[in-house]
Amino acid sequence: MNEIMAPPVKTVEIDNHTINFGPQHPSAHGVLRLILEMDGEVIERADPHIGLLHRGTEKLIEYKSYLQALPYFDRLDYVSPMGCEHAFALATEKLLGVIVPDRAQWIRVMFAELTRVLNHLLSVAHFALDCGALTPGLWGYEEREKLLEFYEAASGARFHANYFRPGGVAKDLPEGLTTRIAVWAEEFPNFIDDIERLLNANRIWKQRVVDIGVISSQDALAWGFSGPALRGSGVAWDLRRAQPYDKYAEVEFDIPTGKHGDCYDRYLVRMAEMRESVKIVKQCLAKMKPGPVKVQDRKFTPPARAEMKHSMEALIHHFKLYTEGYHVPAGATYTAVEAPKGEFGVYLVSDGTNRPYRCKIRATGFAHLQATEKLCKGHMLADMVAILGSLDIVFGEIDR
Amino acid sequence: MIPDGEREAVAALPGVTNAWRELDELVIELSRDTAQDVFLQLKENFAFEQIMDICGVDYPQRQPRFDVVYNLLSVTRNRRIRAIVRTDDSLPVRSVSSIWPCATWWEREVWDLFGVRFEGLGDHRRILSDYNFEGHALRKDFPLTGFVEVHYDDDRKSVVYDKVRLTQEFRNFDFLSPWEGMSTLPGDEKARGGGQ
Repeated sequence: MNEIMAPPVKTVEIDNHTINFGPQHPSAHGVLRLILEMDGEVIERADPHIGLLHRGTEKLIEYKSYLQALPYFDRLDYVSPMGCEHAFALATEKLLGVIVPDRAQWIRVMFAELTRVLNHLLSVAHFALDCGALTPGLWGYEEREKLLEFYEAASGARFHANYFRPGGVAKDLPEGLTTRIAVWAEEFPNFIDDIERLLNANRIWKQRVVDIGVISSQDALAWGFSGPALRGSGVAWDLRRAQPYDKYAEVEFDIPTGKHGDCYDRYLVRMAEMRESVKIVKQCLAKMKPGPVKVQDRKFTPPARAEMKHSMEALIHHFKLYTEGYHVPAGATYTAVEAPKGEFGVYLVSDGTNRPYRCKIRATGFAHLQATEKLCKGHMLADMVAILGSLDIVFGEIDR
Repeated sequence: MIPDGEREAVAALPGVTNAWRELDELVIELSRDTAQDVFLQLKENFAFEQIMDICGVDYPQRQPRFDVVYNLLSVTRNRRIRAIVRTDDSLPVRSVSSIWPCATWWEREVWDLFGVRFEGLGDHRRILSDYNFEGHALRKDFPLTGFVEVHYDDDRKSVVYDKVRLTQEFRNFDFLSPWEGMSTLPGDEKARGGGQ
């Protein structure tokens, strides 16, 4: 009586479901709300919702004088504050038509490179942390603290430096700082070696990042990529080389590029860039000569404190500068710098008064984040975290 | 940075109404109807592979009141160009998102903050402002303090929107010196032929 039964046919219906990733998720790098449409564990569609950290910086700047507008730039990309200040300072100087003294330019280049290391340390550390590697994060923060001490020594603040001003830098470096930076520049490459020993050949790390989030060089260009994300795809484009500003034309450095455009290459490019930054810092220290650190025109930069004690004119200049500020000739400029994350631009429109008429901030991460869907489609949910980490997203600048 | 002949070559494109150099940057002005064709030309024939930024500028006294500013970059030829299209809140600009995919978010931002509409833009949602935000925040006639504020209402157990209340009146200092801001001093009107 053994009747052969046909196996029961079971129909399983799998629905695409939508999940809400963030805005309070540790690997959302701040306040990203990502609507993910999932097919099982595979991402079908990713729709980033941004703007949760929108503070209206551009609107606020329209109501401030040029000098007052500068501190807002520290608060954009708060991981690399001076990188953002640099763009605004250069744009204002371009409209004013002032030439910054040599020493100020060297200081700026040096701090821009220290900022790059500052940024990449955090970026790599968090990227590794998102993929489950805790140690680079702990070590990276310790190294970052050394750099923040340089920030503090130069500007008085660890993060919100307000140091690069239109017309130079806020004040000269304190005594002994260059020696400390030189010592750091000798020691730091060892730290990069340590991190590379932890990660480069690490099996788990490579499983998480190799061949994940691949973008071709053509796609990277079309999606407005810049900085390490573009170089990771093999485009040797660096504004410091292509359109040099300040003293970048006088320093030697290499532009590291990747081959595959995956998360691993973006990580490797950042590690190599830190080594190049140390090279540039050393050259700055060697080439820096004593001299003024601001434009010696009292219409744009304040006089020395001591001078104000006996000179009436200096006092008037000081008063005028900190109340009315300077008038910037009417015109417009788009000035971009190679910030640690990529091209950070400022489109500054002046109407001839003491306030910017319009100050548009071209945030690097805005373009990178937009490509999330392009990068994530077809990957697993866990890969999305690695992709976000490799893009180096900071919401301060994206949301403005 | 701008080689000789580049300005002329770009200026000769049909649809370019004006081209000039400003602070060593090449700027062109496009007519609204044919702007998209010019952008296509710039991408194909002038190798501007990247659009780095699109932004709006508001001139409320002018007709049409908005500038839409496109900043293009050519990585292969190491050039930049800035293109300006003038428009109004009633006249849509043709979207360039089909030429450069990353233009979508920039155009959404211009829509959000200025209220300029883009024809052919697939995704016309707001991007930076809050969900259900009303108005366009970067217009010059939009007050800095805005119209609404949020707070947590303990009775309703939710975040609620309220009309903005300023405990202190908004202080907008006019730092412009009267000697520089005014072209005709009081009492001088007759000398200047009836003032401004």
